[in-house]
Amino acid sequence: MNTPIRRLSVFAMLLFGVLMLQLTWIQGFQAEAIRDDPLNRRQYSERLTEQRGPIVIGGENVAYSEDVSGENDQPRYQRVYTDGPLYTPVVGSFRSYGASGIESTENSLLDGTDDRLAVRNFRDIITGREPEGARVELTIDPEVQKAGFNGFQDLGMNGAAVAIEPNTGAILGAVSYPSYDANDVVSISEGEQAVQNYGELEADGNQPLLNRALNERYAPGSTFKIVTAAAAMEHLDAGPDSTMDAPDVLELGLPLPNATPGGTCNGGDPDTLAHSIQISCNTSMANWAIEMGGQALADQAEAFGFVPQEREDAEPLTVPLRVTPSKAPVEEDRNILGRAGIGQSNVEATPLQMAMVAAGVANSGEVMRPYLVDSVRDSDRSVVTQTTPEVYSQATSASTASALTDMMVLVTGPDGSGTNAAIQGVDVAGKTGTAETGGDLGTHNWFIGFAPANDPQIAVAVVIEHGGGSGGSLAAPIARNMMEAVVL
Amino acid sequence: MSSTTSEAPTALPPVKRRNAELVLVVLTVVIMMSAMAVAGLNLNGQVPGATWGYGLIFGALALATHVALRFIAPYADPLILPCALFLNGIGVAMIWRLDAADSGDIEHAGIGMQLVWTAVGMVLCIALLFFLKEPRVLQRYTYVSALVAIIMIALPMVPGLGISEYGARRWIGVGPFTMQPSEFAKIALVIFLSSYLVTKRQVLSLAAKSIKVGRFKILDLPRARDFMPMVVGWVAAIGLLVITKDLGTSLLLFGTFLAMLYVATQRSSWVIIGVTVFVGAAALAMRVFWHFRQRVDIWFHAFEPEVYERLGGSQQLVQGIIGMAYGGLFGTGFGGGQAHHIFAADSDFIFASLAEDLGLTGIMTILIVIFLLVQRGMRVALASRELFIKMLASGIAFVMCFQVFVVLGGLTRTIPLTGMTTPFLAAGGSALMASWLMIGLLLRMSDNARRPAPQAIQDEGATQVIRR
Repeated sequence: MNTPIRRLSVFAMLLFGVLMLQLTWIQGFQAEAIRDDPLNRRQYSERLTEQRGPIVIGGENVAYSEDVSGENDQPRYQRVYTDGPLYTPVVGSFRSYGASGIESTENSLLDGTDDRLAVRNFRDIITGREPEGARVELTIDPEVQKAGFNGFQDLGMNGAAVAIEPNTGAILGAVSYPSYDANDVVSISEGEQAVQNYGELEADGNQPLLNRALNERYAPGSTFKIVTAAAAMEHLDAGPDSTMDAPDVLELGLPLPNATPGGTCNGGDPDTLAHSIQISCNTSMANWAIEMGGQALADQAEAFGFVPQEREDAEPLTVPLRVTPSKAPVEEDRNILGRAGIGQSNVEATPLQMAMVAAGVANSGEVMRPYLVDSVRDSDRSVVTQTTPEVYSQATSASTASALTDMMVLVTGPDGSGTNAAIQGVDVAGKTGTAETGGDLGTHNWFIGFAPANDPQIAVAVVIEHGGGSGGSLAAPIARNMMEAVVL
Repeated sequence: MSSTTSEAPTALPPVKRRNAELVLVVLTVVIMMSAMAVAGLNLNGQVPGATWGYGLIFGALALATHVALRFIAPYADPLILPCALFLNGIGVAMIWRLDAADSGDIEHAGIGMQLVWTAVGMVLCIALLFFLKEPRVLQRYTYVSALVAIIMIALPMVPGLGISEYGARRWIGVGPFTMQPSEFAKIALVIFLSSYLVTKRQVLSLAAKSIKVGRFKILDLPRARDFMPMVVGWVAAIGLLVITKDLGTSLLLFGTFLAMLYVATQRSSWVIIGVTVFVGAAALAMRVFWHFRQRVDIWFHAFEPEVYERLGGSQQLVQGIIGMAYGGLFGTGFGGGQAHHIFAADSDFIFASLAEDLGLTGIMTILIVIFLLVQRGMRVALASRELFIKMLASGIAFVMCFQVFVVLGGLTRTIPLTGMTTPFLAAGGSALMASWLMIGLLLRMSDNARRPAPQAIQDEGATQVIRR
């Protein structure tokens, strides 16, 4: 009987071996990843005793920790946010039971536990200095952000706007409206009230907690015609003067009319690509999409950053906030493909994605990877990390981008659909969009564009949620104000 | 060949080593007191008074047990008691430290009844050593112990007596106390299986058919009519699983059953058949019962927010793993962790609390001590001459080992998490008493195995000397 007993002992040893391996994996290899998991509520409960680093926009601290303890007490830190709801969608809030925005994604740097701060932390232990989190400096331009936010506030309608610096990908503005004042949900002296306030925000039908700029998808409508036009030039060797059938009504299962004045593009005759973009012709652009086929259109969208169906579950783009993937699936059906060509049917895009389309055209066809964090510095301002711009994708050739720019300039010129975005003395490239949403809710109203057209400094995308008007009337003025904040 | 005839004896040299044991016993008390002192220093910067109070009580109990061993089991393995005391002491210190951190009141932090149960456990252990000189008498009570095991397992199902908590029915209420009778059931089951299998082993190891692939034998299939014990064991385990919804106990008892069946018959076919039917039945139970589906969901998708937020979801498990992650390689120091915020931090989750405070190095040390205890149990089995004792010792050692695996495997997501206590470490009277009873049995068996055979009286030729 000794042989099976010995084997049983060996089996017992194996069981312990498995436990030891698992423990080594958890405590040795995975420890930091687990600590950074959003489910780890401890990183928030430790906030009281730690001086978190500030979040900085335009040289000003927009989020910082303030010591609210008495003379001789242990320090207690209250997180304070400036500028009310203006920056909340980006900066986020740091609550007792969770965090959002940059407060969440950069938490380990802000609270000082990140491995990249290890050397500094070690030095602080040696020198006995009070540990302090790193400061996170954002790319947001306060003027651009305010221009966008005020536009929505004046309009009183929900929506979002994103502005990108085309040649770097730096995000200059990320507006989501409505927003909320983060100070309302982070108070440590009135914790219960803070929790209640958060509960009210969660229940609010206008979804103030939703970051529409990055995490809400809208049908892009006619702004997507830029992608269709790019695909026509890249895949069908079309030029601005190439023509396509542009009937007043195109039969696509249901008849598709034009939304141009008089319902016609070129009096029913074939229309040039340039003129179709200028006046936003539906039927010719739908025909272009049908002509090139679903694969070509989807490939072009992917080149701009849309995520194909098979990669939808892959690691999403992070800026470092997580960006919801935009969709432009391969369509086989002629009727659906035609509507996809004008940004309807299954095409859905985040405001950030449409800003990337504009920025890609502005930057000679090269889409830069969008980012929000410019640099991270430790408490004595020496640089911990500095973001270097990198190319995200090559969306079109430089010549295609240049031709697209010329067409888009026509949009803000006389007879264009986006004259409201025109800026005195500066050439503005743009494209309007008015997306049908089905049901009784109003259309989404879009404007994407960049300025100055010959030397782009800023690319924008603005969407008014169920604005019920047109892109030119509702979205273009906000886009103009945001661009003016940089180019004037 | 009678069932109790001995195989070739592998006796250990008759050394007592009681002084070595004494040194180790003192060391365990020092470790326990140091743990409490460090916890106090970490929590409010001073060595708490309880260090001395609880430390002295625990030290006195430990020394008393050691002294008793010198008289009633002088040849017992000198490592078994220190290992048990080490685990018991660390557990007491941890329970105290969790209460201190949780209540924030170090001076009045308590350890509930844990020290009382420790004392009761030790008394039971000594009493067992004193009254049970020859554990082989237990072999007579084959079916009595089976009955005891069944009653113990069935008690929580008695209406009015049983208490269903946290999705499993494994407690009974007796006056102000709650008990987990399944802790004692496993001892009764091991005794039953030892005596039953020793008598039936030859029948069970008869093979009817060999399954071969080419020239290689894969499996020996037993005869169909010999399947009865397996069927009964399986039906009992699954019945237990379905009725009490206590996957942990079911897994523990069935695993023990298979291990002992293997030791008795040396037939791997039994193990393979057993594992197959149990896994099959468990998979079926998972499809049928929401409770088990939930468990498996928690196992595979613990870190998904939806599973985490769900009522009865993975929150506790994830909090435990996060605690372990905070512990890292070297731990937060005794009393430095946040484990007291986790539900059941002092019982089912005490491993997670220890892993956080002591880190990977500390939890490895504790695992090695448990492993040492298990291996000393196996050594007793190897050194004993009687088959019944071999079965009993290896069975008890395996129960301890497998229970730790079920608990810690659940906490580390190696297997689905099930509610179960850890031997010696976790708060709870039933578990402590059962653990000390098992230690008593091991000590008694090792004392008998290591005791030198009585010397034959000179020049009396063939006279047999029988040990009293």
